[in-house]
Amino acid sequence: MKLLRDTSLIFNRQMQLLLRNPVWIFVGVFQPVMYLLLFAPLLKPALQVNSNAEAYEIFVPGLLVLLAIFGGLFQGFGLIAELRAGVIERSRVTPVSRLALLLGRSLRDVVSLIAQAVIITLLALVFDLRVFLPNLLLAYLMLALISLMTSAVSYGVALVVKSEDALAPLMNTVAQPVLLLSGILLPLTFAPGWLQGIADWNPFSWAVNGTRALFRGDLGSADVWQGLLIMAVLAVAAVAWAAREFARSVR
Amino acid sequence: MIETRGLRKSFISRQGRDKKTVEAVRGVDLEVAEGEIFGFLGPNGAGKTTTLRMLATLIEPDGGTATIAGADLLADPGEVRRRIGYVAQGGSTWDDSTAREELVLQARLYGIGKADALRRAERVLEGFQLSEYADRKCKTYSGGQRRRVDIALGIIHEPKVVFLDEPTTGLDPQSRAHMWDEIRRLRAEGMTVFITTHYLDEADALCDRISIMDNGEIVASGTPAGLKREISGDVVRVGLPVDAVAAAAQALTSYKLETYEDNVRLYVEDGAVAIPQILRALDAASVPLGTIELHRPSLDDVFLTKTGRSLREN
Repeated sequence: MKLLRDTSLIFNRQMQLLLRNPVWIFVGVFQPVMYLLLFAPLLKPALQVNSNAEAYEIFVPGLLVLLAIFGGLFQGFGLIAELRAGVIERSRVTPVSRLALLLGRSLRDVVSLIAQAVIITLLALVFDLRVFLPNLLLAYLMLALISLMTSAVSYGVALVVKSEDALAPLMNTVAQPVLLLSGILLPLTFAPGWLQGIADWNPFSWAVNGTRALFRGDLGSADVWQGLLIMAVLAVAAVAWAAREFARSVR
Repeated sequence: MIETRGLRKSFISRQGRDKKTVEAVRGVDLEVAEGEIFGFLGPNGAGKTTTLRMLATLIEPDGGTATIAGADLLADPGEVRRRIGYVAQGGSTWDDSTAREELVLQARLYGIGKADALRRAERVLEGFQLSEYADRKCKTYSGGQRRRVDIALGIIHEPKVVFLDEPTTGLDPQSRAHMWDEIRRLRAEGMTVFITTHYLDEADALCDRISIMDNGEIVASGTPAGLKREISGDVVRVGLPVDAVAAAAQALTSYKLETYEDNVRLYVEDGAVAIPQILRALDAASVPLGTIELHRPSLDDVFLTKTGRSLREN
């Protein structure tokens, strides 16, 4: 009960501050929309598919996963600003749940991600993408788990390194191979065997496959539950670790 | 209200490849009585903030014990958190929030209900004369206003003990005086106030009792008046032209003496006897004399006799 109450207190404050400055939503949506408009038209010939709709079925899920990974990984910057302002220390001297300090923030990140995902999905509908609503909701659950995990990791790392100068290169270094090895931009079906072998070890590649299956309307595919399960386990692990960092004594 | 025994903390500091263990706090014993303003005086880097952060549950001690407001620091830090307030040196407000929002949230983090939190916020805003700015964003506040919000945040839940880390550092003289009044008001409301400071005048004017800390250890404890009384004798301050300070120190080597930029201070048994002798010695050495004053020892003199250094040099 206390955890729920504390989490909602932190979440409400974070949402309030986020909505006070809604420019984030345009910034967050701008890049994906550019991909949608300027990159996606190349896909129909490149992927050798018959229609735009088919190309979007492959591309849009990847784009959304990309957004979830990157959006989450860079949330730590806001936390460093809060550390510097003394807000975190002020919270840590109160009896508030340490897990709530993390969850309140990560859930805000999930909500803002889903808001962006909805806008992008709506735009893709204009380009003839069609997706069955229950499948879409499951895909959003996948995105929520990804963003919960990546934002928790980002917060945990931010609490350890405590400086933007260290966080930025660290997150970029992690994100780039993760991105390339997940078949986000082009499906790895085109990849040579060795590359696929490595990609199988990348959990995000499973998430992308699962999300694509959902957009394809293939709810029964093993990719779906495997992707969801892997993301759920990793999200729990990331949250547990980052919450411990919130509880730990810091100088 | 606060009792500590042998509180210790060391840190590992890395400089390039070298790892060094820095003993920041080396065995601190403290006793703070209910309802007093207790001052922790010492130069920067003495270990004051580290001690305070241990008492506020922010860092774990390496050794020792502490009881704060009846709760055991090591066994039950959660209970300590409920009973204390803590105001960090660097401030704690978020630029885009308003003072009222911050206060209500802070109260609620202590488990206080929404309606009660709003009432309390209103009350402390009035108490700290912040009502006028309560709904403006914190980034628009002056340094003094921001500091008052910080303290209001630290006491919104009416703790038994409030820790204030360097509460007046960086404030102009008028805001400082104002802050002293606020701190006295907290005492009048029944709180025990624990402050750290490196200002001598602040410790002297504001605190009921002080401990002087240097290099991780407490070197003296008592009331400001009592500590000063412990130093027997008088202080003679001889004001001089800047270029004559060295010559004066040379001429007065037989006295216990401390040199400053434009004066020297001598610690003597009896000022009335010493002053004519000092004048003669300076005259014999043809040192031009500016002023000569006789005064009772200050807290700086206490620090000097305990550590061999002056606090003012920091």
